[in-house]
Amino acid sequence: MSKIVKMVAQRLALGLLTLFTVSLIIFLGVQLLPGDLAQAILGQSATPETVAAFRRELGLDLPAYVRYFDWLGGMLQGDFGHSLANKREISELIGQRLLNTLFLAGVAAAIAVPLALILGIMAALYRNTLFDRAINVATLTSISFPEFFVAYILIMLLAIKMRWLPGISNISGEIDLAERLYRVVLPALTLTLVVVAHMMRMTRAAIINLLASPYIEMAMLKGVPRWRIITHHALPNALSPIINVVVINLAYLVVGVVVVEVVFVYPGLGQLLVDSVSKRDMPVVQASALIFAATYILLNLTADLLSILSNPRLLHPR
Amino acid sequence: MTDKTDIRKPGAGFTRREALATGAAAGALAAGLSLAPGMARAASPKKGGRLRIGIGQGATTDSLDPATITDTYMQVVNYGLRNCLTEIDGNGKLIGELAESFEVSKDAATWTFHLRKDVTFHNGKTLDADDVIASLAHHRTEESKSAAKSLLKAVKEIKADGKNTVVIVLESGNADFPYIVSDYHMPILPAKDGKADALSGIGTGGYILDKFEPGVRTFMKRNPNYWKKNVAWFDEIEALAIIDPPARVAALSTGEVDVIDRVDRKIVDQLKRQQGVNVEEVTGNQHYTFPMRCDQDPFKDNNIRMALKHALDREEMVRTVLSGHGSVGNDHPIGPSQTFYNKDLPQRVYDADKAKFYLKQAGLSSLKVDLSVADAAFDGAVDAGVLYKEKAAKAGIDINVIREPNDGYWSNVWLVKGWCASYWGGRPTEDWMFTTTYAAGASWNESFWNNERFNQLLLAGRTELNQDKRREIYYEMQQICRDDSGAVIPMFANYIIASSNKVQHGKVAANWDLDGLKVCERWWFA
Repeated sequence: MSKIVKMVAQRLALGLLTLFTVSLIIFLGVQLLPGDLAQAILGQSATPETVAAFRRELGLDLPAYVRYFDWLGGMLQGDFGHSLANKREISELIGQRLLNTLFLAGVAAAIAVPLALILGIMAALYRNTLFDRAINVATLTSISFPEFFVAYILIMLLAIKMRWLPGISNISGEIDLAERLYRVVLPALTLTLVVVAHMMRMTRAAIINLLASPYIEMAMLKGVPRWRIITHHALPNALSPIINVVVINLAYLVVGVVVVEVVFVYPGLGQLLVDSVSKRDMPVVQASALIFAATYILLNLTADLLSILSNPRLLHPR
Repeated sequence: MTDKTDIRKPGAGFTRREALATGAAAGALAAGLSLAPGMARAASPKKGGRLRIGIGQGATTDSLDPATITDTYMQVVNYGLRNCLTEIDGNGKLIGELAESFEVSKDAATWTFHLRKDVTFHNGKTLDADDVIASLAHHRTEESKSAAKSLLKAVKEIKADGKNTVVIVLESGNADFPYIVSDYHMPILPAKDGKADALSGIGTGGYILDKFEPGVRTFMKRNPNYWKKNVAWFDEIEALAIIDPPARVAALSTGEVDVIDRVDRKIVDQLKRQQGVNVEEVTGNQHYTFPMRCDQDPFKDNNIRMALKHALDREEMVRTVLSGHGSVGNDHPIGPSQTFYNKDLPQRVYDADKAKFYLKQAGLSSLKVDLSVADAAFDGAVDAGVLYKEKAAKAGIDINVIREPNDGYWSNVWLVKGWCASYWGGRPTEDWMFTTTYAAGASWNESFWNNERFNQLLLAGRTELNQDKRREIYYEMQQICRDDSGAVIPMFANYIIASSNKVQHGKVAANWDLDGLKVCERWWFA
């Protein structure tokens, strides 16, 4: 067990290094984009005079490395800083949006993960039957369409024609959990359609892969029922690849939903990042990017950890 | 609201009232251009309800500071929370807002604004001259990043004359100065330690800020002590930023919002057929331009400019790019709803032979030019560029349409490249529009145009208080602009608003989108 603790510690330390590198790359990347915050905010109404005044006020006239180290210094003391554009605290700006993003990702995952696993197991169980093919065609079709297209189709059918669900996900204001869930059903459904295929196919493939192993043949010869072979003998050994693909999809649900946010007017982190990049609001870009990077790092670590824990050979290596 | 604005006549010959009457007539003309059949008739307004507006702009980087407001979202919120010294009413007429009345000296250089008494801010502070002075100073200081800085450049001094009078002295006369202070950049903010409090959202307006989540939503509650009577009917306002056009329509169709702006032109007709939805269209002063840099070859030669002005089919551009929801432009920026719109000026039409003729005058038989476009300039700019190319080819002009990135368009392409696409929301007065974009040396003179006669007339018109003389001046300026300036102005685009039929309103103003940006104050629930 101490090995695992050591591994986690090592990975976390490496994670911090990764975050630092990410922040540097993001800073340089935004630096390379044409224009700066003053020009982006003032847009067509910019004059050389006002742009210069704006830059002076925000310290954008300082050299790039000075601004980076200023930001890094604040960051190390736990101060995310202020949005350059509207002087709001970043923690205040991001806090609620991060919760919104996690809420949507959570709801989508709660639908998608069990659905994908069940469908994957069933597809393996009834391999090469009509059911298997139908499931494959359906999920592959839904993943092949761009997200916004799936979203518009769902809005048209469920919101405009049937009137079952709201057309946009306005979750601001004082609403209870049930109402909140009702309002995120459509985006969560869209995301489900987008991620289910990947997890379902991986589950199916991992299980089918094992079904050719001698120990499964042995179980069959013993007369173990087919569903029991799959759930008791094959699935535990297929967990590692399944966990990995599930976790990748979870990370995607957190960081990659900007299109869905736009279509459903859902106030999550994605839209915040896009707005901040287009206005070159560096502290907000940095904070969002670090949250996304940390999400990937932590989820990857979790995946590896779970893979090791689910596999005795990795848990007790000789 | 009744118009109690008392504008005293400063000198002989000038009657401001006449000017305002002309403005009203022009406003009526604009309303005549409104194309919507199902216009909600003004039944008697009543109080109550929460108006939810889906606005097609707004960003997480928005700020409550009026100095940096650039789009409809913050403009609407701003006019909900705050008032200006003057306002342009639903008929396009200038009336006093926080200024009860205003008067001008003979040389049009000293303006005196008499403030309303007993107006209070949301925090209980009484409005007085200090607030006005601080609010205007907010845009004038060295460190100000205000877009209104250049508008107030000509101001020499702003001083209080007692508690309720503000005197503004200009460096040279400006007969239109009261229009300038109606601009959304210049609401009156409460003074705090001599400085304007721009970030708290406190104003004198009909709604009090409750929650401001930039780029997501703004929640406002009715101001029970609002000094204006018979306006601001809604109990609450919820303004949502819905950038995606189909999402906006879906939100309206499913009853998630009551009003949306910027309806996608391609689906207007479908939306009109939908039950429970009203669509309003107004032709305002919003126009699209293709400015050529007159300080660069080949555009230095007016023959080239004229050749290009004759080489595009405006009718077809309105029909295709605007799907018919607009009107053709005549290469000058003055809209049909404006006071001194020159209606006698012949409409320029597509004429390949004339274009060829002007090319010949320039000593050329063919011409190759680059045109930089992006949809950041206006929705459909890329299509418009391609259409231009198609039609110009028949006149021996090869337009190389370059698609530029939307990101950074206003800093890297506009005012930089030789020929590009651009747009203007329009300005309430001729002087303001010309001064902003066509005067020599103006920061936003997008075609780098410098016409001596035009610039002389501009100065003459600004200080002229006689309306007939002003008309003459502005008529001539429109003609010079049309035949000499570097801007090709193919079309004026309509403002298209869609609303649930539960919402009622009077005549929709043409000066800005969303009923002159005053939808919160002027509309009501049936």
